[in-house]
Amino acid sequence: MDFFKRLLSANGGKGSAQEANKRLISILIHDRTDISPQLLENLREEMIAVLKKYMEIDESNIEMDLDHAGRAAALVVNVPILRIRRGNTPIPDADLDLDLEVDVEADVDVDVEETDSSPDSLPSVPAEPAGTQNANESR
Amino acid sequence: MGGRVIVITSGKGGVGKTTSTANLAVALAKNGKKVVAVDADIGLRNLDVVMGLENRVVYNFIDVIEQKCRLNQAMVRDKRVGNLFLLPAAQTRTKEAVSPDQMVELCEQLRPDFDFILLDCPAGIERGFRNASAGADEALVVTTPEVPSVRDADRIIGMLESMGKSPIRLIINRLRPIMVEEGDMLAKDDILDVLSIKLIGIVPEDDSVIRSANRGEPLTFSPESPAAQAFVNIAGRMQGMEVPWLQLDTGRSKGLVSNLKKMLGL
Repeated sequence: MDFFKRLLSANGGKGSAQEANKRLISILIHDRTDISPQLLENLREEMIAVLKKYMEIDESNIEMDLDHAGRAAALVVNVPILRIRRGNTPIPDADLDLDLEVDVEADVDVDVEETDSSPDSLPSVPAEPAGTQNANESR
Repeated sequence: MGGRVIVITSGKGGVGKTTSTANLAVALAKNGKKVVAVDADIGLRNLDVVMGLENRVVYNFIDVIEQKCRLNQAMVRDKRVGNLFLLPAAQTRTKEAVSPDQMVELCEQLRPDFDFILLDCPAGIERGFRNASAGADEALVVTTPEVPSVRDADRIIGMLESMGKSPIRLIINRLRPIMVEEGDMLAKDDILDVLSIKLIGIVPEDDSVIRSANRGEPLTFSPESPAAQAFVNIAGRMQGMEVPWLQLDTGRSKGLVSNLKKMLGL
């Protein structure tokens, strides 16, 4: 199939220009914004600390990149949210862009580290006593 | 009426600033415009050589600024086409010999007598660049389809923008259509996407550029080759004309048979 693909494609299959283009974009973004890798790392750590005050996030899956729009540079950050903190009451997952499902009808409050799951595959975690949840709901 | 002062710059060396300046100056002059090409590369002058006027250089613009001669004594008139002049640089001085303010004044002196004042800028981003661009209104940025050139062009564009030069237009020089088609050379759209300035022309790689420099006869004197055509077109666009883009033909048939041949090494 590869033989036919090359036969039919206009591109001779060498493609160093593609690599050049990717490198060029990356080089220019970094040249323009003058942001060192160290700075990006510091920024990332401080940002995580601030976010953790307001929500629980999946730290290992944070994406942070410099991109460009025309001649301007943009910092693009994607942070998977596990749960928003509001006291200890979790927001129903319909209001969040979550990959996991949480059964909010139950009295069980489950703390999950993975983002891919159905209720059946959740690791068994001790539930918080139902009393705590009720106390907060009456605020 | 005042002339347009245009700096031809690039950041990167060797991408075709001097070649472009010479060829555009001739093309504009052949179109009836009054043109002066100023060699702003003090200490490493080359515009005189590329234009074939090196034997007629007596004074240079530093002599003018230092009032050792009058402006018209330093200007070399090209005898091959009317209304084309060269204002040479000094070969034995350095970039520190003049200041940006003095260059602004020089350009103002030239403005009333010319339609186009083209400044051939040296490579780099330091004093030479600042001198060459100080007096300019507009800029032409020259790049080749290679990562280092485009990178430097980007930096230069940033500096020109912060200096308020406008318009800033791009010339892509030494393009090789076959390599682009084979996916081995950056294409015009790749370059325009990152640099985000308006394109004024594409000049294909052309051996006749070398021959013309050997002889000191800019191509646009007799525009037959593809590069010469491209320069003529750019000169047209500089004058506000709508010039259709050159068909940069690879000269090869595309498709199944051609690819088969390529694969078999024919």
